Amino acid sequence: MTPRSTYQRMLGWGGRCVVSLILAFLLLPAIVVTIAAFNDKAILSFPPQAWSWRWFARALDYPDFREGFHNGLIVTAWASTIALMVGAMFAFVIDRYSFPLKRAIEGVLVSPLVIPHFTVGLGFLILAAQIGWSRGFAVVIACHVILVLPFVLRSVYVSLRNLDQSFEQAAASLGATPLRVLLTVTLPLLLPGLVSGWLFAAILSFNEFTASLFVTSQRTQTLPVAMYNYVREFADPSMAALSVMYIVATAALIAFANAFLGLGKVLNIEQSE
Amino acid sequence: MNQRPFLRSFTAPAALCALGFVAAMAAVLQYSLRAYVPGSLDPGGFTLANFADLLKPLYARVFLDTVGICALTAIATLLVGYPLAYALVRIAHPLLKSALLVVVVTPLFLGEVVRTYAWIIVLGNNGFINSLLRGLGLIDQPIQLMFTTFGVVVALVHVTLPVLVIMLAAALSHIDRDYQRAAESLGAGPIRVFLTVTLPLSMPGVIAGVTTAFAWTFSAFATPQLIGGGRVNMISNLVYQLGFASFNFPFAAALCVAGLALTITVLAILRQAAKPFENIGAH
Repeated sequence: MTPRSTYQRMLGWGGRCVVSLILAFLLLPAIVVTIAAFNDKAILSFPPQAWSWRWFARALDYPDFREGFHNGLIVTAWASTIALMVGAMFAFVIDRYSFPLKRAIEGVLVSPLVIPHFTVGLGFLILAAQIGWSRGFAVVIACHVILVLPFVLRSVYVSLRNLDQSFEQAAASLGATPLRVLLTVTLPLLLPGLVSGWLFAAILSFNEFTASLFVTSQRTQTLPVAMYNYVREFADPSMAALSVMYIVATAALIAFANAFLGLGKVLNIEQSE
Repeated sequence: MNQRPFLRSFTAPAALCALGFVAAMAAVLQYSLRAYVPGSLDPGGFTLANFADLLKPLYARVFLDTVGICALTAIATLLVGYPLAYALVRIAHPLLKSALLVVVVTPLFLGEVVRTYAWIIVLGNNGFINSLLRGLGLIDQPIQLMFTTFGVVVALVHVTLPVLVIMLAAALSHIDRDYQRAAESLGAGPIRVFLTVTLPLSMPGVIAGVTTAFAWTFSAFATPQLIGGGRVNMISNLVYQLGFASFNFPFAAALCVAGLALTITVLAILRQAAKPFENIGAH
């Protein structure tokens, strides 16, 4: 390496400043919402005159939030698990075989990435009405499965690409049946990809809002829908307190995923040399 | 022995999901071609009237505004996201890199409502920015940030930034460093290396990121609804109003179809723009 000139060093510091400013922009809402959540008064003011935890207690007590949380868990558990199974199986056949309609099915299943969520929501709302489904959990879950499937597909597909098939060939040559190879070799090797796919699907489903607004009813409304209704009606910091809990839980899950699964690898952004 | 074990049983569930989704989209298309019967949830006979109504100035205006907001957001996201993606790929320190990654990725999973609410607190008349500026004595009257296109775009950039950064970082991380080293050894300065080597090589990632940012902004609902407050309207807000305030589902469906056609056109144009860059840097 040649010694760095003053000019290059200045460029480096300039770059650091720009990146710090951008990070501040990314973090600003989280910081501000945290300050607002601990404000004792019901009306927004900066800086707060007195501090309190009472909005956290109110957020945890508010019936619509509790019910939304409960409904959200039901929808998320079903949707992410179904999406994981459907997505993992299909990623497997995409990776291994070519067959008619492969590209067509894959294209349809990844298309929700670019189709607006309000269109997906309206579609499932109309479809449910047409086939006579009541607006229960089934239609919400079906809608969420479709919305999170592209992420599961990608996550499992990337792991399958990185999988060394010689382990499977070794097992097969020793006489293991295809099912046994799948269950005892492929599945364990795929576990990190499956876990990260399921985790992403669960987080996305739990936070999904626009399509949920269309397909949920008063009885099945998920937490984001309950929060949206709250923001429209009330201005007190309960919502800020709930947001803080949300942000902390999500950041913890992401940090966990990063520590145990290597987010850089899942997102395919490791520097290649 | 079966040469392709599990093919049928593994494809069937995915095919079923695909079929269900196609049916839902077909339902939207079908409704868009039906007449609206006021006071009834069931649509009337087949008609093209909904699409003719789209040309009314009121709706045409919302379409133009939506495209404008999407374009503005996508460009702003790119300008803010590029340095961040570059830093994410180049930082060598593992802990710093992990921290940066968590900060960048977390907003992606927060959901629109929490993020939008946070921005309301930042941008409001009694919000953080106005309180700060008043506290510093820089202003007497609050600056109007809520209910403006500027406020909506700022909040939307926050939404689209993570996904653009991830896509761009993926593209940047796969650029062969030898190209940059070669340019350096031939005497090019860092800015010249960036402009003539790194930037062109990252163009596929730039276009993929901008495309996704555009599509996601198009999909945004809570942000224009709550921060725009009725004064900044996007197609999503109109679809919801038509559906749940006036129960005019046929026209809401027509708006969805037109919106989708618009998205597909823009995506096709951007993909065409990506063509010249596809083979750069291929080995």
